[in-house]
Amino acid sequence: MEMKGEILVEGEPGRGEALVLTAPISFWGGVESRTGLIGDVRHPQHGENVAGRVLFVPGTIGSSSASAVLLELVHGRHAPAALILDRPDAILLLGLLAAQEMGWPVPMAVRLDAGQHGAFAGHTVQVGRDGTIRTA
Amino acid sequence: MAVELTPEERAVAGGRAGEAAGIAMRLVAETARLMGARGLIPIASAHIDGALYHGPSGTLFAERLVAGGGRVSVRSTLNVGALDLTGCSRVRLEGEEREMAARLMAAYRRLGCEPSWTCAPYQAGHRPETGTDVAWGESNAVVFCNSVLGARTNRYGDLLDIACAISGRAPDYGLHRTENRQARLVFDLSDAPESFLADSAAWPVLGSLYGRLAGDTVGVVTGVRDNPGEDNLKAFGAAAASSGAVGLFHMTAVTPEAPDLANALGGQAPDETITVTAAMVRDAQARLSTAAGANRIDAVAIGSPHLSIDEFAALERLIGGRRLAVPLHACTGRHAIAVLDRTGRRKALEALGVVVIADTCVVVTPILPALANGVLMTSSGKFAHYAPGNTGYGVLFGSLADCVESAVAGKPVFSERPGWK
Repeated sequence: MEMKGEILVEGEPGRGEALVLTAPISFWGGVESRTGLIGDVRHPQHGENVAGRVLFVPGTIGSSSASAVLLELVHGRHAPAALILDRPDAILLLGLLAAQEMGWPVPMAVRLDAGQHGAFAGHTVQVGRDGTIRTA
Repeated sequence: MAVELTPEERAVAGGRAGEAAGIAMRLVAETARLMGARGLIPIASAHIDGALYHGPSGTLFAERLVAGGGRVSVRSTLNVGALDLTGCSRVRLEGEEREMAARLMAAYRRLGCEPSWTCAPYQAGHRPETGTDVAWGESNAVVFCNSVLGARTNRYGDLLDIACAISGRAPDYGLHRTENRQARLVFDLSDAPESFLADSAAWPVLGSLYGRLAGDTVGVVTGVRDNPGEDNLKAFGAAAASSGAVGLFHMTAVTPEAPDLANALGGQAPDETITVTAAMVRDAQARLSTAAGANRIDAVAIGSPHLSIDEFAALERLIGGRRLAVPLHACTGRHAIAVLDRTGRRKALEALGVVVIADTCVVVTPILPALANGVLMTSSGKFAHYAPGNTGYGVLFGSLADCVESAVAGKPVFSERPGWK
């Protein structure tokens, strides 16, 4: 299976097991910045870890500190292998842009309708520099 | 869609004004691209939320801006940090974390930001004029700035706030644009008794209800006969921005962009009208407490957003010189501390058992004792929302008067309020 996403942030191509979130997430308070663990007990994927996964995000909510959390995940090497977003979220993606300015390698961020995300669940997924998302 | 930068902006992004200025302009321009903005607009001021410590990377980023010659180009106040630099209270951060948190706060000072260290900059002398474009961070500050002051800002997040302050630019989208500031939802309080709306404890509850129903939709509150005053508008906005992604509300005949309902709606019919009922308010109030029925309290915390001088005066009146049985944490900024200290009022409060906290607050950094099953009482809708997740304490929401009586008694005391039956 292969789909073409729209490139939001051009980072390093990545490969990892898909983690398809089934509810919007707040990175601040929802994802632990030092580990990548989804710590929000009300989130359906509570207990999963975003580190090294191809993370499919149907929506983002909450605090304006999401960028700081993603910057910290990148710096601590707990970032997802790639981010697939239903909609661009400036606050979240700024964490990647700031990391690039620091010279730290960042994952790709691409846009793909949330309706397509489920098809990747359970697969190892490769995200290319051109925005292609394919099962490996 | 490509973002059109002016030749000047392009040159700065290319590094002509120095490394930090280049980073800042590129981040603002990239955000504009992501959000589909056509260009950038000049801003008159900034309020920066980025100096609260979340990990080493934030400190390294701020220090990179300092090393690159970064300097804010507009007036920039600072939101809270993770430490109380005034020494009023003791924050339980130790070792490397404490050092990195202090370095982060110092770096933002070196970038030229004012050491206001408050989430209520609008009560500390930073009040941009109605209609001006600004770049403010921190959810309650954003709501107050947009709604009560009528200045224009999006909800700027960490890192972008300082990028806007250095570049003096913001992406031209969202709430900077007049067409996006018109209300689509009506929140009608016509049925609320005047005695209920005159009680300060009503406003965090109403804000919490409003935020949950409005989400990020711009709404207008109608049916409020008397101007509730700045501290109640502050409490309403903060609670609304905690329960929903609220960036702007209007209130007819109170806020500057809502002289009347038709103006607030931009002459259009609303998409939705919510007639608020007593049952909705009771439900919203119940949701603010997670420890309902608790028979003891371990602490009281007030001041989110930071307490104003008027609120301190009310606190002093309610305590009336009595000694507190459990500590009451009163969070505020240096603007209020300066006034209190002039006449010895802070020391007098501390002698009775009030813990005055400056520069920070109890839900963003460890100040409350680490307790399993602790119970915190608060008059703040925002504390009620964030305390369970951030401190581990269960919360009881009550009026300021009930908070004080409970602190004196050492157990929850709820008086009969001018409710809405």
